[in-house]
Amino acid sequence: MAPDTPPDEITPDIFAHLVRLAELELEPSEAEYLRAQLNGQLRAVREMADIEIEPEAPITSHGVPYPPEVRPRLRDDAIVACENPDEIMAQAPETDSGYIVVPEIPHTDLE
Amino acid sequence: MTRSLCDLSAVEQARRVRSGETSAASILESALTRIEAVEGRPPLIEGGEVVPDDRTKIHAFISQTIDRARKQAQAIDEAVARGEDPGPLAGVPLAIKDLFCVRDTLTTAGSRILANFRAPYSATPVARLEAAGAVTVGKVNLDEFAFGSSNESSAFLPPPGNPWDPARVPGGSSGGSAAAVAAGEATISLGTDTAGSVRQPAAFCGVVGLKPTYGRVSRFGLIAFASSLDCPAPIARTVEDVAVMLGVISGPDEHDATAAATPVPDYLAGLDDGVRGMRIGLSPDYFRLRYPDPVSGELNDQPIVPAIEAAVRDAAEVLARAGAEIVEGVPMANTRFGIPAYFVISRVEAASNLHRYDGVKYGYRAPGKLQELAELYRRSRGDGFGVQPKLRILMGMYVSAAQYEKGYYPRALRVRSMIRRDFDQAFDPQGRYRLDALLTPTTPTTAFELGAIYGDSVLMQYADLLTVPANHAGIPGLSVPGGLDEPGLPIGIQFLGPDFSEDRLLRLGRAFEVETREAAWRGGRPRVLQAVDHG
Repeated sequence: MAPDTPPDEITPDIFAHLVRLAELELEPSEAEYLRAQLNGQLRAVREMADIEIEPEAPITSHGVPYPPEVRPRLRDDAIVACENPDEIMAQAPETDSGYIVVPEIPHTDLE
Repeated sequence: MTRSLCDLSAVEQARRVRSGETSAASILESALTRIEAVEGRPPLIEGGEVVPDDRTKIHAFISQTIDRARKQAQAIDEAVARGEDPGPLAGVPLAIKDLFCVRDTLTTAGSRILANFRAPYSATPVARLEAAGAVTVGKVNLDEFAFGSSNESSAFLPPPGNPWDPARVPGGSSGGSAAAVAAGEATISLGTDTAGSVRQPAAFCGVVGLKPTYGRVSRFGLIAFASSLDCPAPIARTVEDVAVMLGVISGPDEHDATAAATPVPDYLAGLDDGVRGMRIGLSPDYFRLRYPDPVSGELNDQPIVPAIEAAVRDAAEVLARAGAEIVEGVPMANTRFGIPAYFVISRVEAASNLHRYDGVKYGYRAPGKLQELAELYRRSRGDGFGVQPKLRILMGMYVSAAQYEKGYYPRALRVRSMIRRDFDQAFDPQGRYRLDALLTPTTPTTAFELGAIYGDSVLMQYADLLTVPANHAGIPGLSVPGGLDEPGLPIGIQFLGPDFSEDRLLRLGRAFEVETREAAWRGGRPRVLQAVDHG
């Protein structure tokens, strides 16, 4: 690591919070590797700090302009029945009488 | 040297099938014989240790759909017998990146979390290829959810080998696609390109790959990675075959609101019109690389690999002799920011797209009795996702979370605008450069060895340095073989053009193909096929 490398931006505490938010269960060795990789990626991301961005530079959500004439017409706001609901339900890991079964959802109070 | 039916171009295969000269069934059997000869053991979830023999084979197919393919081939032959036209891709063996839903096939995204998912419908571009007569031989390997540039992050191992040297990567994420086409296991493949995932493996495997304009091809039925960047994209061995594929898969789709209604030209019509009068730009910003040192993390400026720069300059000379005007010194100053911006934008979008995999409705669910729903989520996602999806989820959440956010995301989106503006200025018909296309290297290096970079997610991302700007800008890019380096590995050259200029890029690629037909490097042949020749 270069001597002037800034400290890790994603600390173990921040990392633990992200993992909770992401609903991931990680092995400790995996967690260590992932956190190191994330901090490495952020060092590359910080290269963007060098760019002088004119204040009027617009935000681009995708590159190609979408004038109305090339956009497809919106479909009618109508209910269309699924053609193969049984096939789709058959993908569910556990079902009972047409319902998908999941473990308990414990009662929690809003924080 | 043995040439089999499976080595013919798609155009020639379809011509023979439509004329009754050859049957779709015999072309399919030829492809299956080739698969038998070069494929090796299938990539599996518990793939075990890589053994030396693995490094002599391709391992492209996560699943082969042989019975389904035989039925398709039979239907085509029956249509021909009835005097019907089965379409412009009649009987052409097709490999589909396992990121596309194909009805009644396993559709895994290269991930444990979707290993048992059977698609209940077909993606629009897949349905269009099959309706045009293509015969799907199987679903090919990829980096998990397309997250990678070497195909090594797939949950299905061993990863594919490069047909030119199976100890090297085929590139990624559409590595199985490019490898299968280069080895003759399929004549064409449908891949996807989010940062270069079709052009980079095409370059590494010595085949042709086209990233269409964003919105040219419907994304319906494609498992999403980064929805503002993803493009379904064709791979084949010739420019003409790519042109046929693009014509088949392009156009509006009621199932994808971003599929543009812009008219689809006949991509074959002007293919042989040559390049006389075209203005082709070279940019110093594509010959100079800035990427982090793998040890220190310091950003280094380095010139590109000399053999790759030489191939691009040779290509410019070839095109100049054919009548094109070469414009040197085109500034593309924001090229080097493509990867840093991509680290932010693609992760935010990927994290959002990956939240749907929760072990509830489909895909992998952690086994055993679980106490509560959150435990089901955590265990299913923890076991089901590999390292790359986890990295993308965590990074995407970090750079978009209000409490940590340091302006990364809006800044990245503005950088994206500036990358787009570089291209707008280069291609502006009233501007200083007035380019028809930019000619660049496709990749900073040729194919690297398996294991050489995998594990370093930063360095791996920089494999896309020269391809990702087109994804940010939305413009099309075509990679064609442009030579071989000293060890005999393929070099790819890339043409970039303005929105919906695929016809022009294909014309350029075709002209380059024709003008270099007699070049010595055209005689090179993938090592796995040399073994077939001698076997």
